[in-house]
Amino acid sequence: MSLDAHLVVSRAAFTLDVALRAEPGEVVALLGPNGAGKTTALRALAGLEPLSGGHVRLSGRDLTRVPPEKRGVGVVFQDYLLFSHLSALDNVAFGPRRRGRTRAEARGIAAAWLDRVGLAAFAERKPRKLSGGQQQRVALARALAVEPELLLLDEPLAALDARTRLDTRAELHEHLAKHTGATLLITHDPLDALMLADRLVIVEDGRIVQEGDAAEVTARPRTDYIARLVGLNLYRGRGDGRTVAVGDLVLHVADEVSGESYAAFPPSAVTLHPARPDGSARNAWPARVAGVQRHGDNLRVRLDGPVELAADVTPAAAAHLRLSPGQEVWAAVKAAQVRAYRY
Amino acid sequence: MGLLVPALAGLLFLVLPLVGLVVRAPWSTMPARLAEPAVLDALWLSVRTATMATAVCLVLGVPLAWLLARADFPGRRVVRALVTVPLVLPPVVGGVALLLVFGRRGLIGEWLDSAFGITLPFTTAGVVLAEAFVAMPFLVIAVEGALRGADTRYEEAAATLGAGRWTTFTRVTLPLVAPGVAAGGVLCWARALGEFGATITFAGNFPGRTQTMPLAVYLALETDVQAAIVLSLLLLAVSVTILAALRDKWVSG
Amino acid sequence: MKPLRLMAVALAAVLAFAACGTKDDPAPQSGEKGVTGPVTVFAAASLTEAFTTIGADFEKAHPGTKVTFNFAGSSALATQINEGAPADVFASAAPKNMQTVTDAGNTKGGAKVFVKNQLVIAVAKGNPKGITGLADLAKPDVKVALCAEQVPCGAAAKKAIGDLKITPVTLEQDVKSALSKVKLGEVDAALVYRTDAKSSPDVDAVEFPESASAINEYPIAALKNGPNAAGAGAFVAYVLSEAGRAVLLKAGFQAP
Repeated sequence: MSLDAHLVVSRAAFTLDVALRAEPGEVVALLGPNGAGKTTALRALAGLEPLSGGHVRLSGRDLTRVPPEKRGVGVVFQDYLLFSHLSALDNVAFGPRRRGRTRAEARGIAAAWLDRVGLAAFAERKPRKLSGGQQQRVALARALAVEPELLLLDEPLAALDARTRLDTRAELHEHLAKHTGATLLITHDPLDALMLADRLVIVEDGRIVQEGDAAEVTARPRTDYIARLVGLNLYRGRGDGRTVAVGDLVLHVADEVSGESYAAFPPSAVTLHPARPDGSARNAWPARVAGVQRHGDNLRVRLDGPVELAADVTPAAAAHLRLSPGQEVWAAVKAAQVRAYRY
Repeated sequence: MGLLVPALAGLLFLVLPLVGLVVRAPWSTMPARLAEPAVLDALWLSVRTATMATAVCLVLGVPLAWLLARADFPGRRVVRALVTVPLVLPPVVGGVALLLVFGRRGLIGEWLDSAFGITLPFTTAGVVLAEAFVAMPFLVIAVEGALRGADTRYEEAAATLGAGRWTTFTRVTLPLVAPGVAAGGVLCWARALGEFGATITFAGNFPGRTQTMPLAVYLALETDVQAAIVLSLLLLAVSVTILAALRDKWVSG
Repeated sequence: MKPLRLMAVALAAVLAFAACGTKDDPAPQSGEKGVTGPVTVFAAASLTEAFTTIGADFEKAHPGTKVTFNFAGSSALATQINEGAPADVFASAAPKNMQTVTDAGNTKGGAKVFVKNQLVIAVAKGNPKGITGLADLAKPDVKVALCAEQVPCGAAAKKAIGDLKITPVTLEQDVKSALSKVKLGEVDAALVYRTDAKSSPDVDAVEFPESASAINEYPIAALKNGPNAAGAGAFVAYVLSEAGRAVLLKAGFQAP
């Protein structure tokens, strides 16, 4: 029940070209910004979007030209797409019934699945009489009731409010863990990806830019998008020993590098000063405040200068500096907190 | 307020002729006139043929609407324009056109007659055919609109659950556009019920067989305006009652 | 608000324009002796060909006049006249409809019968079914169209047929429809007026003696509420004149 796919979809202004693998029981998250081609990839796997090239193989079976109804792929759509004229039970029974089960068998299977997602009491309700979280669970039960070899989830939590999301995410995690087939989760939310997936595949502009488990990706982001996702300042420059030259700015870093390299540090590593600091920081440069936002308990300050920069400061420090847009300050980062790695 | 004045004017424009009918109706002789068997014959024939015509339109028109809304084929614009032809064609011309095709010497009618001994003009089946011809565009346009407005992703969801094209259409698409189909069917039925020109031209006028209410009304006008008013009001009352009942049951529910 | 006001103005303009259409015609001065201006004639549909010719002749005889026709079923015309349609002359295909108008007090100077029309059996060119008389219409393999009893040609047909057992497949709303069913080959025979059969090159007319019992008289009258009294009188006189009658006889009508 392993997935091996190479998806090529060519459109006028956009080309998707990604290779995806997923092992039985593995949850792979396809993470990327809007318009990266994630949903196109999902539709191609489900057979809803024709491939311009490449292949889809599931458990060794070539699905490339197989129509969606014969693929054995379960899909949880972003806004669930529950059939509004059918009860929750009949929505879930729809798949088994189409796959040759009798009406009674299908309803039995559906009842069991609704029970598993904790909605046994809501079996006869129409979708519009269910809450968002309940609808999401019905959609999940409906996709799983056909025992798919591959389960696809398109932004399964995006339509939920923050509170419901937390509970539903935890439940979803349980169900995905029990699913024996491969799972591909599509999301633009790094938290969903990090919490639900065993492995992350990051797609930008139709191409895979980075793959790996959560630790790898968060520690060594390879694009601005990923860096922003995981909350790091990321620069590309020229490494030379324990320095990386980013434009005119030479950053002192913790790792030995040479040639094209990344330098990365978290916003919390940055300190801001009214004048040039004397302390131990090896990196210091003048910058201008571009904006200030709340960020958790702290304030996140966006700065222009030789490089764009995010810095987290305490409200006290901000008050002390009287931070306001346009203000000139000095930014400082200790060399020990700047990670460097090869491009 | 800016919208209210023309809205009320529009309402008056539609309702006043009806008021005219009601005011001029010979209420005292109404029961006796309504009890005439010829009147009930015509009414029953009208209701029956309009219902059958609607059934024909549903069977043929819904798939046609689906084709127009979902299939991509060369000349689709032309096909859509052709579908609306009966809307702009004067119904009498429609009746003549039907005669040219299904008549005794028509393109198909001649063959039907010689091969099977079937003749459609001057029969109740001919009435149904004429009514269906004129009323079908109402159904097709309504259902096509509903199909276009419907979210095709539900059909994709059904496909991922293992439903083929036909099952998807009957189990998902049709329930999804049911209000549109119901509205189209009601329009279609109402149009068929009031059909005059194509019917009298193609099916002729014979009491009990092809004389529907509108034909009876027209001929009553020749001799007895009050009888025509009675018949019109009866037709109106029956159609409004049936449409209102259907509306409660299907359209809003 | 603005587009609506615009719409209202447009609507008003359309209505005003439509109203002008009737009022703009130069109104004839009543009491004036010269026959001039528009003459509006409501005439039975069966008079279409003959009256169109007569209308042109009349305009030549009375320069400055303009004859406008409204051809329709006589009963519809009678209803329109009694509901106040601005007609100068009414020529009916049946005395009954003229009577309706006279009873409502809308005729002036009484109605005069100007022609008669007789029924014939219209059959397809060459008479493929070999129909020679009314009795042939009772044969089971002969499809017959009659007019509905409510219209003059139907009433006449009923009278002519008498006790004969003829089962028509359809009772048409007017004589032209009955005739067109013969032309299209949908029926084998129809009882129509001789003038109608004569006007169509696609059909042959079979005369039958029983039609003598159901001769249809055409009355004509000037109307009281017509705007052109002088024109109305002149037109009625022209129809009754030798010149007018010649045209009508040529079309197949009989002298009264």
